[in-house]
Amino acid sequence: MSEKPPLSVLDRPNSYIGRSVPRPNARRLLAGRGQYPTDMVLPRMVHVAFARSPFAHARIRSIDTEAARAAPGVVAVATGADIARLCKPWVGTLDHFAGMKSPPQYPLAMEKATWQGEPVVAVVAESRAEAEDALELLDIDYEELTPVTDPETALDPATPVIHEDLGDNLCFSSRVDAGDVDAAFADADLVVEEEFHFPRHTGVTLEPRVITADYDPSEERLTAYHGSQTPYQMQDVYARHLGLAEENVRVLCKDLGGAFGIKLHVHGEEMTTCALSMMLGRPVKWVADRLESFVSDIHARDHRVRARMAVTAEGRIVGFDVDDLTGVGPYSVFPRTSAVEGNQVIKLVGAPYAIEHYRAALKVVLQNKNVMSQYRAVGHPIAFAVTESLVDKAAAELDMDPVAIRRANYVPDDAYPYKTASGMAYEQLSLQQSLDRLVEFIDYEGLRREQAQLREKGVYRGIGLGTFVEITAPGAAFYGVGGARISAQDGCSMKLEPSGRVQLAISINELGQGTETIVAQVAATELGVSMEDIRVTTGDTGSTPYGGAAWASRAAAIGSEATVRAARALRENILEVAGAVLQEAPADLDIRDGQIVGRESGEERLSVAEVGRVGYFRPDTLPPDFHPQLSVVRHYAPQGLPFAFTNGIHASYVEVDVETGGVTLLKHWVVEDCGRVLNPKLVEEQARGGVAQGIGMALFEECLYSEEGQLTNASLADYLVPLSSELPDIHVTHVETPTQYSEIGAKGAGEAGTAASPGAIMNAVNDALRPLGARVSAMPMTPERILTALGRI
Amino acid sequence: MKAARFDYIRPRTVQEVLDHLAEHGDEAKVIAGGQSLVPTMNVRLAAPAVLIDINHVEELSGIEADKGTLRIGALTRHAEIAASETVAAHAPLLSMAAPWIAHEAIRNRGTFGGSLATADPASEWPACATVLDATIHLVSARGTRQVAAGDFFQGVYETAIEPDELLTHVEIPAIGEGYRAGFSEFARRKGDYASVGVAVQGRVGASGAIGRLLKRGEGRLHDLRIAFFGVAARPMLATAAAAALEEQPLDESTLKAAQEALPTDFTPMEDLYMSSAAKAHLARVLLGRVMTTLYHGEGR
Repeated sequence: MSEKPPLSVLDRPNSYIGRSVPRPNARRLLAGRGQYPTDMVLPRMVHVAFARSPFAHARIRSIDTEAARAAPGVVAVATGADIARLCKPWVGTLDHFAGMKSPPQYPLAMEKATWQGEPVVAVVAESRAEAEDALELLDIDYEELTPVTDPETALDPATPVIHEDLGDNLCFSSRVDAGDVDAAFADADLVVEEEFHFPRHTGVTLEPRVITADYDPSEERLTAYHGSQTPYQMQDVYARHLGLAEENVRVLCKDLGGAFGIKLHVHGEEMTTCALSMMLGRPVKWVADRLESFVSDIHARDHRVRARMAVTAEGRIVGFDVDDLTGVGPYSVFPRTSAVEGNQVIKLVGAPYAIEHYRAALKVVLQNKNVMSQYRAVGHPIAFAVTESLVDKAAAELDMDPVAIRRANYVPDDAYPYKTASGMAYEQLSLQQSLDRLVEFIDYEGLRREQAQLREKGVYRGIGLGTFVEITAPGAAFYGVGGARISAQDGCSMKLEPSGRVQLAISINELGQGTETIVAQVAATELGVSMEDIRVTTGDTGSTPYGGAAWASRAAAIGSEATVRAARALRENILEVAGAVLQEAPADLDIRDGQIVGRESGEERLSVAEVGRVGYFRPDTLPPDFHPQLSVVRHYAPQGLPFAFTNGIHASYVEVDVETGGVTLLKHWVVEDCGRVLNPKLVEEQARGGVAQGIGMALFEECLYSEEGQLTNASLADYLVPLSSELPDIHVTHVETPTQYSEIGAKGAGEAGTAASPGAIMNAVNDALRPLGARVSAMPMTPERILTALGRI
Repeated sequence: MKAARFDYIRPRTVQEVLDHLAEHGDEAKVIAGGQSLVPTMNVRLAAPAVLIDINHVEELSGIEADKGTLRIGALTRHAEIAASETVAAHAPLLSMAAPWIAHEAIRNRGTFGGSLATADPASEWPACATVLDATIHLVSARGTRQVAAGDFFQGVYETAIEPDELLTHVEIPAIGEGYRAGFSEFARRKGDYASVGVAVQGRVGASGAIGRLLKRGEGRLHDLRIAFFGVAARPMLATAAAAALEEQPLDESTLKAAQEALPTDFTPMEDLYMSSAAKAHLARVLLGRVMTTLYHGEGR
């Protein structure tokens, strides 16, 4: 008798899981054969450009479009009212955020423009250049209103209310209160506190936001080639807001030049472009240029956090008390809102530490600045910069080593399952193990010696640690329960070709993070075929199963589970056919290296291609009423806890030039635990890219707004992103704590790099400055801020 | 981000360029490397009706040294200057500054004359030209004229060039015996325009011919020319700071005196990321660093 079939994909022979296999799509992309939405060209296609409000807050008195309509090449000119006839407004609130307010937002400004850069008029022309020429002929009469540009005074009675119907400028507020915070602070031997500032920044995707909308009036079908992380969500949004049947809306996005959370929000330009295609009955294309990206892609961060931490004389952390004020745009962004980042900050401060007393308050206020929403590592970099900075400050005051104070206070590795004071449920983290790994990985003692030796020579180096706990792979608790039509599950379909190869289509999409690689690894492993035999299709709502797609570090964790289930079902069905051909029990057979083999003997019996041939072309040779099922689809919804928490720790080694205030990053290390590592190289690339964005936050990036609400550095000449010359070597190593709630055990890995790097760098800079009595608590840590902290200016 | 409509002309000789300039006047713009002009046109801050492309005017390119003078054609690319042994021998300051100009792709395309004619106050070449007392050669249908670098740069993106004039080449006196150059710059990122930068040239040694022959160790500073950039609308010669060092050895007290003289030379203008006070501080720091390297001979 044969043994039972292997229970898990992890037991399969010739596994691809855990191997750094190269990306199957790398050759195509390097050959210039990528299919980015920006490349899309359709017959009869026209181009739209937008006139944008030059003022942060202004009433639109009148719009004269006559001259623009008469300009060469112009096909149409549309105002807010014109587009509103085709597209319903949206409201960026979620039901589970009690008391949240935001007014209806239209694709183009209606009576009032509420931020500098808000689209006001759309001009469609035969070419983008002609559309831009015609923009200059528009005559828009604005009456300037007082802009609201300081979060600190947004709620003052003297401050104008941006939307009168809301009554005030408060979008959302929330509190967390656990234990007895007042008593904990009263009894504490030491209280450390600080006011932190994290300014606005933005995602700066290499490929800007883009859409080509192609409406076919004969079938009332809209096809949108849209640079989107969430094609299914956008299918739903387009259908509902443009009054189309959902099945008549198809959203496609094959390759995508970076997303980082920027490309999953509803922005007015894409909605307008779709409406224009419906209006004109021809394809309309919009590609954001870089200047438009700065004033219209969502911004992120902008938090002022006052925080204090209570500690005993022995270095035991007892509690946190946190106040977060965040200024968002004039509208909360649909459909994920502008409150999630603040909401995560007030849950995540102190998250790695075993504390009972925790209080945090959040206020989200509206501003006459560009809209704000989720960007990579939502809230995490703020929460962990605050937490880890206070921990280092306490360590310094108590004369403890930063490693020691962390080891003494982490939620211990044997304490799981664990629920934090702020209410988060951890299945299993590896904080202590990760710290031990880091100490060895970076030769912590050696670094400290080097630092001390160099300090005697007047060289100021600093070592900073940054622990993180990360929310990944959420279930419906994130958005679904709040009424948002955003799928928490994903699906994978597979079809055996007569050749014996496999077509796989999955709702998780490729943003450049390697989805197509990972699903091919999992599918090939479970099926028993070579990765080269799997052809993956993503990013097409018309030909893939329905799902949530790629956001919140969910692609690998959820997509791999859908894939393994589909692959198993297809393997079983293939073996059914093989069993019928061979007149053997399917359970006695297996697929290895593309061959049907005897499960025990390993003897080759039949190729998978032969199963395809018989199944499709000679079903007459199979038993009566046997119908080969060589296409399957399986879905997976995350199980167990609402989120798959991951953890890890960063270390940063910097040198501060105390004369110029310049910071040189010498090295950066990441120890990350994302559960089962499907492909170490891809996880490391995620970490490195994420660290680069964290470096941007720590040292360079800042959307500078004037008091009048003008974004004064809205170009890549003035908005500083780190370039390759600013990046240190980034070393990554893995600790694996698989989740028990899924078969493979992978959790998310997309945001770990960004989550803790800013805090680690801030700690490193402050470690370098400590002998001089200086300290920085505002990002980015510019030369100006460092020189000011040093008292040199 | 599309440029407004323009006509494009590609002449082959300087004479043709001048004819076009005479015809179109300030409606026309000369394009060389285009590294500043093209972005400016794409964001429609500039909308010339006519672009005169000089990239095919061969007589505008090239580096030559003759009788104590280095001649650099306006169309010479930054990368050619960076790699030129002739430049290194005759104007080492330019070789030191070249790697600080933007990034490799920009250095391959951007030109010496284009950078001078653009006159970005935070760019490297105008300050170097000022320190080296370069002579800028301009030509128009009306004739030729020469302008000293010190008079050429007049403000932010403002120079002595008239609308019908073309910058053809620059002449730089070759560095003299015993002279050294120094260059230092602080920028937020490698390749960015400077927050503050400084270019220096001067002689280190004992004074007089005999002193030079004896090559005494206790060198003194002579004929110092120091120019800061990124601090004002144009390169600023720090004459007071230079005077404080003239005929002096470089030690802590002379350096301090020079640093303290800087406010006499200029009060920096702030930019997006840096206050006047921070720039003044950085100017002091950079002066100290550049003079120390120059004095100890590492600058050449």
